[in-house]
Amino acid sequence: MEHNPIQVMPTPVDLKPEDFRKIGTDEKEAEVIQRESISAWRDAWQRLCSNKMSMVALSVLALIILAAIVGPWISKWVHGYNYYSNDLMNTNQKPSGAHWFGTDDLGRDMWVRTWMGARISLIVGLAAACIDLLIGVIYGGIMGYFGGKVDEIMNKFSEILYAIPYLLVTILLLVVMEPSLGTIILALTITGWINMSWIVRGEIMQLKNREFVLASRSMGAGSGRLLFKHLLPNAVGPIIVTVTLSVPNAIFSEAFLSFLGLGVQAPIASLGSMINDALTGWLYYPWRMLFPAAVISLTMLAFNIFGDGLRDALDPKLKK
Amino acid sequence: MKKSKSLLLLLTLVLAVGTLLSACGSNEKNNANGGNNATSNSGDNAANSGEAKLAADQTLRINLSAEPPTFDPAQAQDSQANTVLKLMYEGLTRMDEAGEAQPAAAEKWDIDGTKYTFHLRKDAKWSNGDPVTANDFLFAWERVLSPNTTPAPPYAYQLYYLKNAQEYNEGKITDFSQVGVKAVDDYTLEVELTGPTPYFLGLTSFYTFFPVHQSVKNDDKWAVEASKMIVNGAFTLTEWTKGQTIDVTKNENYWDKDSIKLSKITMSLVNSGATELTSYKNGELDRAGHPNGEIPTDQIPILQKELKDELHVKGTASTYYYEFNVTAKPFDNAKIRKAFAMSIDRQAIVDKVTLGGQIPAFGFIPPGIKGVSEEFRTENKDDYFTENVEEAKKLLEEGMQEAGYTKLPEITLIYNSSEAHKKIALAAADMWKKNLGVDVKTENQEWAVFLENRRSLNYQIARAAWSADYNDPMTFIDMWTSNSGNNDSGFKNEEYDKLVNEAKSLEDNAKRNENFKKAEEILIKENQVLLPVYYYTNVSVEKPYLKGIVLDFSGAIDYTRAYLEDH
Amino acid sequence: MVRYIANKLLFMLISLFILISATFFLMKAIPGSPLTSEKQVPPAIQERLEEQLGLDKPVYQQYFKYLGDVVQGDFGISMKKINQDVSNIIGQTFSASLKLGLVAIVVAVIVGVLLGMLAALYHRKLIDNVAMVLAVLGIAVPSFVVASLLQYVFSSQLHWLPTMGFKGPMYYVLPVAALTAQPIAFIARLTRSSMLEVLHADYIKTAKAKGLSWLAILWRHVIRNGIMPVITYVGPMTANIVTGSVVIEQIFGIGGIGKQFVEAISTRDYPVIMGITIFYGILLMLARFLTDIAYMIVDPRVKVNKGKEG
Repeated sequence: MEHNPIQVMPTPVDLKPEDFRKIGTDEKEAEVIQRESISAWRDAWQRLCSNKMSMVALSVLALIILAAIVGPWISKWVHGYNYYSNDLMNTNQKPSGAHWFGTDDLGRDMWVRTWMGARISLIVGLAAACIDLLIGVIYGGIMGYFGGKVDEIMNKFSEILYAIPYLLVTILLLVVMEPSLGTIILALTITGWINMSWIVRGEIMQLKNREFVLASRSMGAGSGRLLFKHLLPNAVGPIIVTVTLSVPNAIFSEAFLSFLGLGVQAPIASLGSMINDALTGWLYYPWRMLFPAAVISLTMLAFNIFGDGLRDALDPKLKK
Repeated sequence: MKKSKSLLLLLTLVLAVGTLLSACGSNEKNNANGGNNATSNSGDNAANSGEAKLAADQTLRINLSAEPPTFDPAQAQDSQANTVLKLMYEGLTRMDEAGEAQPAAAEKWDIDGTKYTFHLRKDAKWSNGDPVTANDFLFAWERVLSPNTTPAPPYAYQLYYLKNAQEYNEGKITDFSQVGVKAVDDYTLEVELTGPTPYFLGLTSFYTFFPVHQSVKNDDKWAVEASKMIVNGAFTLTEWTKGQTIDVTKNENYWDKDSIKLSKITMSLVNSGATELTSYKNGELDRAGHPNGEIPTDQIPILQKELKDELHVKGTASTYYYEFNVTAKPFDNAKIRKAFAMSIDRQAIVDKVTLGGQIPAFGFIPPGIKGVSEEFRTENKDDYFTENVEEAKKLLEEGMQEAGYTKLPEITLIYNSSEAHKKIALAAADMWKKNLGVDVKTENQEWAVFLENRRSLNYQIARAAWSADYNDPMTFIDMWTSNSGNNDSGFKNEEYDKLVNEAKSLEDNAKRNENFKKAEEILIKENQVLLPVYYYTNVSVEKPYLKGIVLDFSGAIDYTRAYLEDH
Repeated sequence: MVRYIANKLLFMLISLFILISATFFLMKAIPGSPLTSEKQVPPAIQERLEEQLGLDKPVYQQYFKYLGDVVQGDFGISMKKINQDVSNIIGQTFSASLKLGLVAIVVAVIVGVLLGMLAALYHRKLIDNVAMVLAVLGIAVPSFVVASLLQYVFSSQLHWLPTMGFKGPMYYVLPVAALTAQPIAFIARLTRSSMLEVLHADYIKTAKAKGLSWLAILWRHVIRNGIMPVITYVGPMTANIVTGSVVIEQIFGIGGIGKQFVEAISTRDYPVIMGITIFYGILLMLARFLTDIAYMIVDPRVKVNKGKEG
């Protein structure tokens, strides 16, 4: 990582002589700006690229998403399998050429089901994150931009909602509504947007008194224009980070709900419901649990690491 | 007699969930004597018990997959409570493995038509030393029937066989002395029934008929605390840690305490079949599986390899079926119903999906139910239809023509949330798709929602199961009459109703059985109101040293005379 | 400060009120009554049952009655567990959950902080990498998978630990391990990053320059400041452990509230569902409230109006 210009310094504990290097006293060089001037975005992108873990995570994510999209098709094309057709003569088969990930207790192909499950889990995660984003940005934007009484009332309201334990509400809602993809996403977002709204609010409050905003305002820009053209684009960093980190949360919550039997309707499966189905006999049919568990764990990992990397890249505090 | 049925409300539920969950793999062997309810070798060595030495520690460890909601015999309604109540209480009679009533609190009885006289044994005592008298029974039965008991006892109608019992229960008469039961003296109980009820003696072994100590009169909460329970059975409740363990200890005041060898039974309360089986294998339990626990379906094939000698499969008198709503499109057409019934492969479902050695069903009355001299199912084969895909396709086409469809309307199969039901539903839907080319959506619904939809005929095909309340075909047949509260199919047939009503007043058992046979024919052969899938089994694993357990025809279990051999 | 606390308290009560109302009306919205059962009860008796349970009254009357009872700590009588008070059920099963939960919290904090500190002190060394891989795994693997895995390895194969039950210290090991995997991971990461920040701070350099021994610096400055953010995590962690225990109690057969909750959900025992939801609600809100106050006391920099955890 020697080439990394923004590398965090080693801890003072182990500073050794070789950690220091002469930068020379050439007067000409001293006048040169040490870092070339680059836009904030490129800067962040470069920093992200130099973070190997993040890049690996990003690649893993891309692969998983790709597999979730084309995986089922490949199998359909090669073997003619789909995620719902039973084959009772071939239940609980080990992974083989005919069934790359083996089969489940109804003889369904695990390769197709795993990637269909990944698709569902990702849809749940991404959709929940997007809805959180939408509501959170609007709500938070209004709070932050208008401030004062509006902010106070809206903020109190969100605080009250936030105090109600998230999973309790989700469970209650799903107990009442029939579990389906839509209701699960809805239940997951019912209080999920609040965090996002606070992030947006905080950012906007910081930004709105900055010079460029004042300039724009003094030139007669309206509220909407200010908010959407100037404030939000500048708050995009933390927003992206929050979204990235909220996707795995939603995926995990869905898995938890599957365990309680409040997940998606069969024969559709999510990764969580597949793991849950496999739990009782997984010692004997480990592939039924391991593949979905591996995919869900990798997805969680990748989102978390990538989100962390993104935060590091976008957080100017670390840019020492 | 009532349309009611019931003892097994929860038993049905638990069996439904449980039996299915457990299932076991290749069942050829188990099914060999299918009609006869394959054998369980659990208790059959009792006779030679003298040979083996008893283990020093006679503590039996079992698991209940649900905590009994109460230990009040009047309020109980699930198979877990049934298991525990059988340990702590004793009714007038006790069921043996063959399903015959044996003397228990009553030493002997005389039957004169609809009049039963029970002679109670004089040495029977409550756990506090009080004698068990006829008045205790009277008191208990009055509690069950009284309109003022809170909450209303769910199985009150099990006592409706008594003269005027229903009227009293519904508040139409207020004088209990008009009800057909009275204590002639302390040890003689006289019962008068509304009509001939060949299975009444069996009923008296059921917990709703258990005596209750009269000290509970003004105490609502007596059955929720271990310290307040006064019982007349083989064991007393000594510890109850909510949600965790229930312990019962041998009752030294029990009249037959010499035949009780267990000193203690400790019951854990885990509702995960996987955990239950793991602890069984780990040596923390002596028995796992039905009816009080459960074994995960997935593991049954493994058990058949690894623990072949400890695995027991036994038929129970219950039927798993799909019910058609005969008032809803497209199942208002009998040919379409037939096509659906003929196009699923029951053997494959039993062998590959439920795995519990269940028996493919083509009728409604399961094996294990008494007929005239043998089991009803042995005397009357369930050959009402056969599986035949070609025939099914033809029938479907004809049916569609009759009803004027070019394409079937959208069809949804509903089931109550459970892993096992889900698998069967998916397998059936897949078979319809492959064999008939029909798309059937499956939808799981939460229990109460599911029942509500079924009851209000808001469905097309629904999962259902029925288990015996008593050992007689009537318990299966009278639920399909036009005015039965349990008939959720919309099926109404005058001839059927007539056959059932006639059977209720017949004393000649052969004639009754003829009526049952005819009724079942109308129900399935002619109308295909339901699509039978299989007859249930009990699947359990037992340590080889555990002996003396009695599992009756309905799948209820009696641990009182069990014992542990030295191991 | 007093105003701040009073304010928080007030809003906590409002949240609670909303939770209670939402719970009540959601439960009422469910089709099928708790009295629905497979073998049908005669109508006369059905009516009597409804009357006994107060289900025949208009919904708003039921609502106000319920509110009034809840204020007095009375959650009604269970509909399925005959003649058992909901508050009794909660009371009797809470002790198991509380023991499990407290042990889990303590273990999570100690192990998590230690792991995080090690990782920070040996930044970019093997220990750091191992600790972070563990932490990341803890976050990535669902707790029910961890639980089954532990059960298999330690009771089914090695026979070291009991599979189920809750009778002695040995019975704690597996459930606590499964329950704390995730919180440990979070705390370790939190501790690590905040410790790293502290280690880079100027006052550490100053302290070092003043010639303080490294141990003293570590103790006086690094640890104290480094684990501060962990306090903010106590609220969310409680929530995490409470919801986690719903699953874990089920798998290990522990008679706690979580098990009752799942059972009540599947039997539609309205009063129990409502009672436990409200109880959990109070518990979690209190945890968060205490966290806020604790953090304010420990770190006076926290502005009185802010202090939300992300």
